[in-house]
Amino acid sequence: MHGRPRIAPTKEDQEASSLKAAKLRDLQSQVLNFHHNKIYTKEAVEISAKLLESNPEHYTGWNYRKLAVQYLLDQQSENGVDSNSIQSILDEELRVVENALKKNFKSYGAWHHRKWVLSKGHSSIDRELRLLGRFQKLDSRNFHAWNYRRFIAGLRKIPDEEELQYTTDMIYDNFSNYSAWHNRSVLLSNLLGKREKGYHDKEKVFGEEYEFVRNALFTDPDDQSGWFYHLWLLDQTLKREPVLLSSWPPHGSNLCLSVDGSLNDRQPLPVLHFQSKASTFPLILYFSEAVEGVSSSTVTFECKYHAGDDFTWMPLSANKFGFSQAWLTYLKFPNEVHSLEAFPVKVTVAHAAGITSSSGMPCSQSCHISFTVVVPSDDREHSELQTTRRISWKEENIKSCTTQSLEGDILRSLCELEITKENKPTTTKWSMETISNEIAHCQELLSTTNCKIGKLTLARLLMARNTLISYGNPHAGTEVHYEDVLALYRDLMKMDPAHICHYEDEYSLVLLKQLTSNIGSLMKHCYQYQESSSPSMNPYLCVRLNGLSLSRLGSMEQLLWVQMLDLSHNKLRTIEGLEALQLLSCLKLNNNRLCSFTALEPLKTLKSLEALDISYNEIGAHSIDTRRYLCSSPLTHAVGMDWNFKKFTDEDVKLKGHWDAYLLFKDLNLSQLEIAGNAVVNDRLKAFLSKLMPSLKWLDDEECC
Amino acid sequence: MEEPTSYPSIEPSNFDLIVVGTGLPESIIASAASAAGKTVLHLDPNPFYGTHYASLPLNDLVSFLESHSVPQSQPSETSSDHASIPLVTRPLYSSLEINSYSSEPIDNSRKFNLDLAGPRFFFCSDSMIDLILKTGINQYMEFKSVDASYVSDAEGKLENVPDSRSAIFKHRGLSLSEKNQLMKFFKLVQGHCGNESEEDKISEQDLESPFVEFLTKMGLSQKLKSIILYAIVLANYDQDNLEVCKDVINTKSGINRLALYHSSIGRFSNANGAMIYPIYGQGELPQAFCRRAAVKGCIYVLRMPIVAVLMDKDDGTYKGVKLVSGQELFSPQLIVAPSFTFPSTLGPSPAQVANSCDAKEKVARGICIAKNSLKPEVANCLVIFPPRSLYPEQITSIRVVQLSGNVAVCPSGMFVTYLSATCDNIEEGKILINAAINALFSAPIPRNSEKSAADNLNDHIEERPSLLWSALYIQELTTGAFDSISCTMTPDEHLDYNNILDASEKLFREICPNEEFFSMTSSSDEHLDDGGSELDP
Repeated sequence: MHGRPRIAPTKEDQEASSLKAAKLRDLQSQVLNFHHNKIYTKEAVEISAKLLESNPEHYTGWNYRKLAVQYLLDQQSENGVDSNSIQSILDEELRVVENALKKNFKSYGAWHHRKWVLSKGHSSIDRELRLLGRFQKLDSRNFHAWNYRRFIAGLRKIPDEEELQYTTDMIYDNFSNYSAWHNRSVLLSNLLGKREKGYHDKEKVFGEEYEFVRNALFTDPDDQSGWFYHLWLLDQTLKREPVLLSSWPPHGSNLCLSVDGSLNDRQPLPVLHFQSKASTFPLILYFSEAVEGVSSSTVTFECKYHAGDDFTWMPLSANKFGFSQAWLTYLKFPNEVHSLEAFPVKVTVAHAAGITSSSGMPCSQSCHISFTVVVPSDDREHSELQTTRRISWKEENIKSCTTQSLEGDILRSLCELEITKENKPTTTKWSMETISNEIAHCQELLSTTNCKIGKLTLARLLMARNTLISYGNPHAGTEVHYEDVLALYRDLMKMDPAHICHYEDEYSLVLLKQLTSNIGSLMKHCYQYQESSSPSMNPYLCVRLNGLSLSRLGSMEQLLWVQMLDLSHNKLRTIEGLEALQLLSCLKLNNNRLCSFTALEPLKTLKSLEALDISYNEIGAHSIDTRRYLCSSPLTHAVGMDWNFKKFTDEDVKLKGHWDAYLLFKDLNLSQLEIAGNAVVNDRLKAFLSKLMPSLKWLDDEECC
Repeated sequence: MEEPTSYPSIEPSNFDLIVVGTGLPESIIASAASAAGKTVLHLDPNPFYGTHYASLPLNDLVSFLESHSVPQSQPSETSSDHASIPLVTRPLYSSLEINSYSSEPIDNSRKFNLDLAGPRFFFCSDSMIDLILKTGINQYMEFKSVDASYVSDAEGKLENVPDSRSAIFKHRGLSLSEKNQLMKFFKLVQGHCGNESEEDKISEQDLESPFVEFLTKMGLSQKLKSIILYAIVLANYDQDNLEVCKDVINTKSGINRLALYHSSIGRFSNANGAMIYPIYGQGELPQAFCRRAAVKGCIYVLRMPIVAVLMDKDDGTYKGVKLVSGQELFSPQLIVAPSFTFPSTLGPSPAQVANSCDAKEKVARGICIAKNSLKPEVANCLVIFPPRSLYPEQITSIRVVQLSGNVAVCPSGMFVTYLSATCDNIEEGKILINAAINALFSAPIPRNSEKSAADNLNDHIEERPSLLWSALYIQELTTGAFDSISCTMTPDEHLDYNNILDASEKLFREICPNEEFFSMTSSSDEHLDDGGSELDP
């Protein structure tokens, strides 16, 4: 069944197969004819059997038979119920399916038809079990048979424990069997979920499972099926409630809203300044995993101006099921409120049940975020004088931060802010011990065996331990193995170049985790941006993560406050995750590997973004961009009907080719864009862009008129 | 009962080849010679096929062993035209000890088919199975698998032999790193035999080195080395003690045997493990070759002793044989079973035969009958006691095969266990076999000083089956010799048929230097080799 080489057909084979094809075509047209004319005579049904027995993939044939059986059964019930003749009608179906399966026992249509017949409830289930026994002996890994087995076990009400024993036997026979391991995970989940006898103690059961699969891993580390089961066990071990990781504004902060962003000396530290034109600022919640159910009923506010207001929460970077790690709403202060008084705001997350992770774990522990907001008196005249500045990334404008600086203080206070949780969840001793034990075994195995999936697992285990430590004790930076993990991924990139993209992504996530794990390492990447030409300007705090070979973004929960971010000279293929940085106003993405405008889709949610540098990427360089099919396009319903392309196409029909640029930039209010060095760029596109974004002042060093 | 006068007369009186004895080598050669178009007369003084390779009912086994424990000579015969040399049967067996532990005698002696040359079995991929398929004699035989094999560990516990990936996975006695080492080693061997690329090959230097050194070099633990050497490669002598080891296995042959073992697993879809055993006993094999020889024109006469060898009066060369019936038959070549010998007074040939049969090494064999299996869940199995596992002075491995009623060697509900070990002398042989019997069964075997080690082992084996009957005998080991009178080899000390087959083929090539050893048309090959049709599911 597996690993059979393909042999080129001989001339005789070819002749035979064309003869067979002609015969099949003939049968097929006959069956289709019967089907259209609703002919269910004995002869007609027999011809359909002939067709299906030689080509089990003919779905219409199966459907025709279903109709025929239904017709015959209805006839029976008219003549008075005769269980024997019903039985014989259904037995004939089972016979046809069996012959079809002998021809191709991976035929979906045939297996489905068998299920359909069985669900009529007149057939012997023991016979089915015997048949399955034969099929599974022929090919123990055939997932169709395993699937059907689950169906039959359900019909027969075979206890899960008995089926679990069956998987054990099959695994003993040959442990290289994804289907058997998979069925084991399904059955164990059921047994543990129902807390059946002998399955109360999850920790004991999983301990035995780890032991069981460990034998497979050590016996043949190169066989991946055991590792996949191991991964499932790890997942079960690490499974925990989703928790709120961070927020903007952070807990315990004092937020100062101002139109121009000028610092107000009178405020005690920490003070976070936020430029806002309409006394509106975003509130972002960032969870440990993607969740759903963030709404005004699960998240409540206590605030002078917002008591009882209904907020609309938006998922940022939601998958199609609406789950997201980051959630956004806007707090709006009435314009007439101008005071130096700090308004306290208290947000209670998970006030009521309803926030759930994609694996169904509820977020049951509520937690609070408290901060104050100051809205200074509006200095309208000053703000009118303020003009949009051009951001220039010249080295002379960027100075590294010292820990003694004001920015250092702000950063420190940001890092020290902590969300208060009513019942802080702690890592169970068991999961910690299990992970440590698995790490030890993995290291033992790798000491003698150079095995890529073992290395990958060790890297995952070490990261899982880091996560557990950080959950148990947020400031324990002691037992951290980031360097080991990074070294493992570097090894894997060399060992297994076929999967280099995955390893680069994982490497990037670990590196970002390391960089953001404590203030010391984050400080090294923080700079002050101040234009030497206009020293009167307030300095920006700029985070530079350039030249780190990042291919993917992560650890965004630590960077929610960032307004100026340099990600240039990396290997970014995607900027997923950037949606959460709602304060971002200046973003440098030049010299990466972004290969389409659709890859920049996360930017669409960044309403504050003004300066964007996407020069020297690969946009337009690849004729086929497979990513594109996953993104919104005119062909998917994800894009609303609101888009008005006509306005542009009137002038130049060829701009139709830039629908992706249109979709991206129509919602952006950029004042500055660098786009040179991409294959897609030409004068036409530039003209299109400046027309699309009236706010644009600089396009590739040229001032727009 | 036979009337002494009822011997048939044989026509014609001249043959290309006369073969006396229907043991396996004689039968293979008779069959190969008939297939090559030679006229062959195959005689056996016994009323059954197989001679020293026969499977016999209990009582017949005992009387055969007894009769071959003492020399027998025929009265001097005279011949008119030729010098007549009386034929002497020399004893191949000695120190026969039969013990019955049950008050009631074992009934149904005829329901037993006990192997004289046990324990022995086939590897599914070995050359004997290939020959069986090639010659088509699988139509005369049926097989069943040996379900499991065990090895006695340092503590005397019988542990499963981790001989395959799934067996390693299931094994309870190996540490995780041992599992890893062993599987890695199996893969190394597969890579070496897979002819894939040069870098997977084991170096020539390593291939010539002792296998035990290579295993050490590959980092295998003592326990794994013992399992591979004695339970998979089936080494006979203690490989760790090169002073007493008479057969040091080099890496090349160790690897080849390991590869044979692995290719045997799964060769036939209805065989569980690497080994199979013929239903009705191993005596079926020589008989099957005889049947094929008969089909090709070989003449068979059982119950026909020869009384003398006829020599040319002038030059003393071999001319023919004189039968017990008095008939004289002639052939340029004579092959005799290893139990025949001639007084070394006349001619060079008999002297040569006698010399070649002068051997030092012996094999001790035991047969036990019990009502319970050594392992309750298993009917047919192999058990290995590696050197030094039973007592410190044990320098050879003791091999044990238990067979059940499902291979028709005994009434159902009973178990026959064969044991064998190579030894230098009778005393040593008895100690070896008795130590293993004591470790496996709970029966009062006469004890001597060496038994203390075995006593300790007894504690570890729970509920050992009790013995009903046992036999112990020492068999001489001789190699064959070629001349105008050729002598075949005695059943060897190994568990498989490879050496016997090789020796038989070699002897055939000397007798018929221009003939092919079983030339076959390739068409029948394909038909027979279609995956275990000859195996009984």
